[in-house]
Amino acid sequence: MTKKSKNRRETSARDVFIKRVTGMGRAISSRVAFAGNLAVFSLSTLFWLVVKGPRRETLTRSFFNIGVLSLPVVMLTGTFIGMVLAVQAFPQFKVIGMETRIGAAINLSLVKELGPVLAATMLAGRVGSAIAAELGTMRVTEQIDALSSMGVNPVHYLVTPRFLACLILIPGLTLFADLMGVIGGAFFSIKLLDVDWSYYWEYSRHAVAMYDVLAGMFKSVFFGGAIALICCHQGFRCGAGAEGVGKAATSSFVLSFVAILFLDLLLDVMLDQFHELVLGGQSGSVV
Amino acid sequence: MASNQEVDATIGLDSSRTIEGSVFIGPDGVKKVLRRRPPLLEINSLNVIFGENQVLRDITLKIRRGETVAIIGESGCGKTVLLKTMIGLVAPTSGEVLFKGENLATLSDKELTEARSHYGFVFQMAALFDSMTIAENVSFPLRQHHKEMKRREVSERVERLLEEVGLNPSVVWNKTPSEISGGMRKRVGFARALAMDPEIMLYDEPTTGLDPIMSDVVNELMINARDRHHVAGVLVTHDMKSAVKVANRLVMLYPHALLKPDEPQMIFDGTADEIWRCEDKRVAQFIRGEAGDRIRDMSMDD
Repeated sequence: MTKKSKNRRETSARDVFIKRVTGMGRAISSRVAFAGNLAVFSLSTLFWLVVKGPRRETLTRSFFNIGVLSLPVVMLTGTFIGMVLAVQAFPQFKVIGMETRIGAAINLSLVKELGPVLAATMLAGRVGSAIAAELGTMRVTEQIDALSSMGVNPVHYLVTPRFLACLILIPGLTLFADLMGVIGGAFFSIKLLDVDWSYYWEYSRHAVAMYDVLAGMFKSVFFGGAIALICCHQGFRCGAGAEGVGKAATSSFVLSFVAILFLDLLLDVMLDQFHELVLGGQSGSVV
Repeated sequence: MASNQEVDATIGLDSSRTIEGSVFIGPDGVKKVLRRRPPLLEINSLNVIFGENQVLRDITLKIRRGETVAIIGESGCGKTVLLKTMIGLVAPTSGEVLFKGENLATLSDKELTEARSHYGFVFQMAALFDSMTIAENVSFPLRQHHKEMKRREVSERVERLLEEVGLNPSVVWNKTPSEISGGMRKRVGFARALAMDPEIMLYDEPTTGLDPIMSDVVNELMINARDRHHVAGVLVTHDMKSAVKVANRLVMLYPHALLKPDEPQMIFDGTADEIWRCEDKRVAQFIRGEAGDRIRDMSMDD
């Protein structure tokens, strides 16, 4: 009796162990398959971009949706971030008696990090989710199958214009986010916190180099490409029904945001190395 | 002396009565060899498996020029999957789908695109593009594949196609799919499928969700497509009335999950007359629409 119950316990422990290992294996293999699928999808997009560029009518519509319609929200975000930075940084700088240098801190943070990352985040939220939801709905209602059945490659027709629009327009959006952040930060610091304007701009000018602005814009190109590919991919592999479309929209934003942060870190490290080795590290600093 | 002469066989609507590959002496005394033309679409030993779920098992089917084949069977038996493999939208796990003798799976992207331009596909929910007007939807394949066509030519063709499916072009021209009824959407989908003068039309439950009158309109459109445009057709449907009226041949699939290991999945292949005389209980149950033991089986599953 005791031996029997011991055997049963051992069997059940073994079953649990096998179940866990199987579950882990399944989770790993599904993630690897997802990564492979995304890679194939990205290569297919690049292939179609090179072989046969997108049609003008689809490109114009994507440029309008992604560029023009995103501009207000990106500018608004930039303005508020500039002002929030001023509110947060001012007391710290005041404690050490360096409140006139607040402009350098705000503007450097904006052009190097916050401008590109927030413009990309806004693009992922406003445009990326919409792309995933639109393509997901097209998948669910068989519109993507209809394209294929008419001898039109869906990646060429639907993905390449969106990818190109994100890639080309995000540096411009970043620049506007930077600009509005600079204006917002300056307005709050000078008008409401009484920071001397001449010192504010003088220290900003010393701290922010053209390289910083260009580096931010350079990073944004990668963010734009990643957002377009991830969101289109999520739309294409959307599950059935309204739930599938909702999940595609949510996961497209989450994955895009993670990709933005990962790429930001990677590109910062690479750009710092490049800056050190090629440009000799000559750049502005806050202090 | 009579000389040998090869001629293409004219495939009759009833393929079982067509004499192919035979030799005969014509009225002019010339010995003629009727050459066998390959079927327009040929499916050999097709298997489709999604994950751990087998949907189609060992399906072999030939679609000849000019004939319309109805694929019937209960929900979930793989009819739509079979239809989508015929145009390469679903890749077979094993087996082959040959269009005019070419295996779709081995074609390059460009060749597959070219092959698909000979198909017309009418989707269950029409699958019209929401962002386009009705005219833009119907002209879409023309604009994609016939860039040499002038705008006026495209407009005239779209107008003709809309009239052919019984729609008034001036009424629907600038409307979007959301502004028209389900029956009208189906007919627009029909017009779009006909735009490229296809050689084969694939219909995925075209009468589902329509009232009886509109269903019959769609049936007439399918017959019209076969008779006037000489296209072959594959009709997937649950609607026996539609299948019997439109098709020359009926094929019935049975759900793979309910099959015994050695049973074929295609449980019937014959004419409309033959299906009513079929002694297979499963076929009889489906065409008469009887629940039979299914309710008991379902409660046992629960």
